[in-house]
Amino acid sequence: MPNIDLAKTSVRELNAALHRLTPTTNETFWTVTNPGGEHSIAVGVDADVTINIEGNAGYFCGGMNKNATIVVEGSAGQGVGENMMSGLIHVKGDASQSAGATGRGGRLIVEGNASARCGISMKGIDIVVKGDIGHLSAFMGQNGRLVVFGEAGEALGDSLYEARLYVRGPVASLGADCVEKEMREEHKAELIELLKSCGEAFKIDVSEFKRYGSARKLYNFNIDNAGAY
Amino acid sequence: MTEHARTWPTTVPRPSATFDDYTLSEIRRAASTGIYDIRGAGAKRRVPNFDDLLLLGASMSRYPLEGYRERCGTDVVLGTRFAKKPIKLSIPITIAGMSFGSLSANAKEALGRGASLAGTSTTTGDGGMTPEERGQSKYLVYQYLPSRYGMNPDDLRKADAIEIVIGQGAKPGGGGMLLGQKISDRVAAMRQLPKGIDQRSACRHPDWTGADDLELKIQELREITDWEKPIYLKVGASRPYFDVALAVKSGADVVVLDGMQGGTAATQEVFIEHVGIPLLSAIRPAVQALQDLGMHRKVQLIVSGGIRNGADVAKALALGADAVAIGTAALVALGDNDPKWEKEYAALGTRAGCYDDWHEGKDPSGITTQTPALMSRLDPVSAGRRLANYLKVLTLEAQTLARACGKNHLHNLEPEDLVALTLEAAAMAKVPLAGTSWIPGSGI
Repeated sequence: MPNIDLAKTSVRELNAALHRLTPTTNETFWTVTNPGGEHSIAVGVDADVTINIEGNAGYFCGGMNKNATIVVEGSAGQGVGENMMSGLIHVKGDASQSAGATGRGGRLIVEGNASARCGISMKGIDIVVKGDIGHLSAFMGQNGRLVVFGEAGEALGDSLYEARLYVRGPVASLGADCVEKEMREEHKAELIELLKSCGEAFKIDVSEFKRYGSARKLYNFNIDNAGAY
Repeated sequence: MTEHARTWPTTVPRPSATFDDYTLSEIRRAASTGIYDIRGAGAKRRVPNFDDLLLLGASMSRYPLEGYRERCGTDVVLGTRFAKKPIKLSIPITIAGMSFGSLSANAKEALGRGASLAGTSTTTGDGGMTPEERGQSKYLVYQYLPSRYGMNPDDLRKADAIEIVIGQGAKPGGGGMLLGQKISDRVAAMRQLPKGIDQRSACRHPDWTGADDLELKIQELREITDWEKPIYLKVGASRPYFDVALAVKSGADVVVLDGMQGGTAATQEVFIEHVGIPLLSAIRPAVQALQDLGMHRKVQLIVSGGIRNGADVAKALALGADAVAIGTAALVALGDNDPKWEKEYAALGTRAGCYDDWHEGKDPSGITTQTPALMSRLDPVSAGRRLANYLKVLTLEAQTLARACGKNHLHNLEPEDLVALTLEAAAMAKVPLAGTSWIPGSGI
């Protein structure tokens, strides 16, 4: 059970050690102490291990993660889990801007609030935020699911592609080409599965959520829709 | 009266310089369609360029080198500032970023083949890395764009360098565009988008804003790749002094500066022709920024946008660049706009040399298309050979000029070797007007 103390060891050494892990490694549980808001903690990991960060992380924590489970016991800075491919990132506190940006797979769970641009350009990731999210979240979201227990800020889902958004609380406003859609049984089932994956299944009534998606009016340029831009 | 008037001399019909034929046709096109004109390539209007500069050569006060006999080095090392594995190229002419999607897989493969034969690098674009391109490219620069289409850590590690794209010369401040007709199954899958939709890439990066954030983004990319890869920053030429200074501050190894003549796959005509500045005017402020920070030659400068021949290469290097990049010229070397397709260009309402509707995917030469029948017209092996030949000619030409100036390496060319033919070029390149010692704006 390796422990890396970032008060004594550099982030560069931590990441280098994590990158040396092989698929059959026995070192499957790592703790990172005194993270002190350092940036780029545990980025580019490609191993089925758990990394427990005992404090706050700075920018881009867990960036481009593959396979690893990364737990941030505190809050995470900008771009947590950016472009993650698979695995799980679990933030126990709040997340700053652009959480899960361009994520292509895996799951990002934020126990607290996420800030602006949560899930921006998401490409297949599942994001669950148990608090609120800020403005311009899921901007240009291409694929994946974003679940929000609380409220969403302005311009939710602006220029949305095929990402699916579920929000329980009020939405300040919807962005260009984002519309509320009917919550059918298949969507409720999908939402239950997503809640199960973060330990919240059956604690919350999924019918309290509203579903948002793309109106697909901006998919091919039409001069008559120019006012929507 | 009418008969009488015929006996008087009349003026010839006088076209308006303001409302010329092109302008009139554009007004009619706009009125008919209600949508702006989109096209490929770079600025087509004449702007001050390297033809407005001359090299002085050697005579009594300078000592020339023997052509073909005395050595004139052409190699360049990129990424010496922080990267563990800088790129060592045989020639200072690289292939600029162009996407799979905008270009066919065969064209991307041909670019890789040509660049590798010549000992230089090629670059991915806004659509990810294809196996064809990686396989055939000895040195491949992987672009990191706002859209992040296809971005993944495995390809990042397969790359020889990473180029963070802030902007490009054809459209500083603009995002990407790939219209639905070119989004084939393969292109759609690589970008995680539905087939056939118009794909507009974002103009801002999704997870950082400004130079302070960018410094942390660069740190992250270095951490992911264990500090091995050179990290380039590409900017469209607009405020080169400040952009280059901020690039250095952000921790870049290499700055790529793209002038307004640089090509694009698809952008609004009004954007291409009216935003950004010519390459000629951008190099000296960029070099000045590097010099002011003590980083000239330590952070390498690659310039692009309208490089056509060895004279352009020599002059760009003399102004202080470490290397140049070519895009449009490389496509022409592959076979773009070749007169042998004249009938087909005519059927598309244009002619060889003018074809720029690259976004429509109907390219007769098989380069800017995803249509299999057209793509198959481009043989990647022979097209790659043509590109390698062209790169060799550019290099030989630049060496010829450098030897004439007495330089035993292309990097020894300097502004002192240059004069300008026009006041504009003299002011922009900060070299004297030919036959004088006058550099406009220098106060001398």
